[in-house]
Amino acid sequence: MNLSTDIWVWVGVFLTFCIYSFLYRDNPFYKFGEHLFVGVSNAFTLSFMVHRIIIPILVRPFTEAWRTAGSEGLSAGLFNPYAPSNFLVIIPGVIGCFYFARFIPGLTWLVRIPIALFMGYYVGRSVPAYLEGSVFPQMRGTMLTQASFDPAQGGILGGIFALLVLVGVIGTLTYFFFSKEHKGVVKWGAQTGIVFVMVGFGASFGFTVMARVSLAIGRFIFILRDALGIVT
Amino acid sequence: MKDKLPLILLIVVGFMGLTDRFLPHPAPEHLNQYMRDTLLRIISAFALILGLGNLILRHMNRIRKKSTDWPHSYTLLISFFVASVIGLFGGVAGELWFPTRVGTFDFNITTIYNQMLIPLGASMFSLLAFYMASAAYRSFRARNWLAILLLGSAFIVMLGQVPIGYRISPAIPEISQWIMEVPNTAAKRGIELGITLGVLATFLKILSGIERSWLGSGR
Repeated sequence: MNLSTDIWVWVGVFLTFCIYSFLYRDNPFYKFGEHLFVGVSNAFTLSFMVHRIIIPILVRPFTEAWRTAGSEGLSAGLFNPYAPSNFLVIIPGVIGCFYFARFIPGLTWLVRIPIALFMGYYVGRSVPAYLEGSVFPQMRGTMLTQASFDPAQGGILGGIFALLVLVGVIGTLTYFFFSKEHKGVVKWGAQTGIVFVMVGFGASFGFTVMARVSLAIGRFIFILRDALGIVT
Repeated sequence: MKDKLPLILLIVVGFMGLTDRFLPHPAPEHLNQYMRDTLLRIISAFALILGLGNLILRHMNRIRKKSTDWPHSYTLLISFFVASVIGLFGGVAGELWFPTRVGTFDFNITTIYNQMLIPLGASMFSLLAFYMASAAYRSFRARNWLAILLLGSAFIVMLGQVPIGYRISPAIPEISQWIMEVPNTAAKRGIELGITLGVLATFLKILSGIERSWLGSGR
């Protein structure tokens, strides 16, 4: 046994046991770990946001523009939004402050402006991104072509697997298609779909369990190797 | 005004985002870059501040009203303020004026993240392994052939990822791989296509002003 002399290692061990104490039942140690996690993670996010966004993108360009205006006087360049130092960064700052308008009676509607800008832009941007990044590649991957039977892609067996994927995708889509009653051909399609869905859910479950078990092994190795020095 | 202005803004910037990749001209490209890198990043920072304010107020209320588990709100608030002071005045890697080192003991915000948040997060997620095992026992009872399929595929995938699976039969990792690549891909692809098409339909409804629930109660 070779006990660690690093304080942080023992902090990590204590916090690990705090969380694992939940296996017995909900208790103050688990709640301590849980609340500490929320507090520290939010503080980390706040620090990161201030040092990576607020200061370099909002405060510094504005203060530098202010300094330049003080020494050289006002110029058109200080009102160019693309310039590294400009006064116009104050506009997004003011729009951001509209989030706090929800606390001012009569002005609560102003909160909709930053929401509209944020949501509108990313909704618009996501439409072609989803089509190009998800719908088209998924459809392209599902299509059965002559290349699916190419010897480099696995030959006949590869083609049969590609056909299975096609049948599975159509079946799954049919199973979740509720605009038509599941009778006749639709019923057969849906029943084929549920087979693929069940196998897929089982595989996802197994994969997730193994990922969690791997994390648990990581914690045990941390305690046994890093803290206690029992294993190498 | 209270409804129309935000709606018009949403539609205008929405179409700006939509046409971004279809307009290969420096002017819209610069404008879009400004939107992404400056305007929306600053706005999102303020949204986070609002969220943090909400969290602090909620826990202060819990302490004031002495609600259930109120002493733990002190843990949250104290840890938040201490870590915030260290992070804000000490810098992300301890480069600012606030001291974040005593002898060889380092406690800047990145060290706190690595030494406290990572163990806490990993332990919390790994806790799920124990509960998933007991949940699987209760829900995976082979009541019909579909449940057998679910159970079988989960079992093979789990076995396929550990050395004992290969020891039992070298075919197990291969079958596990096949399950992940063929039936699992087919099911996931079908579900993902359905979700994506639904999301796209909702986005188009928002952009065309049909979906207005984001405007709230109308106050």
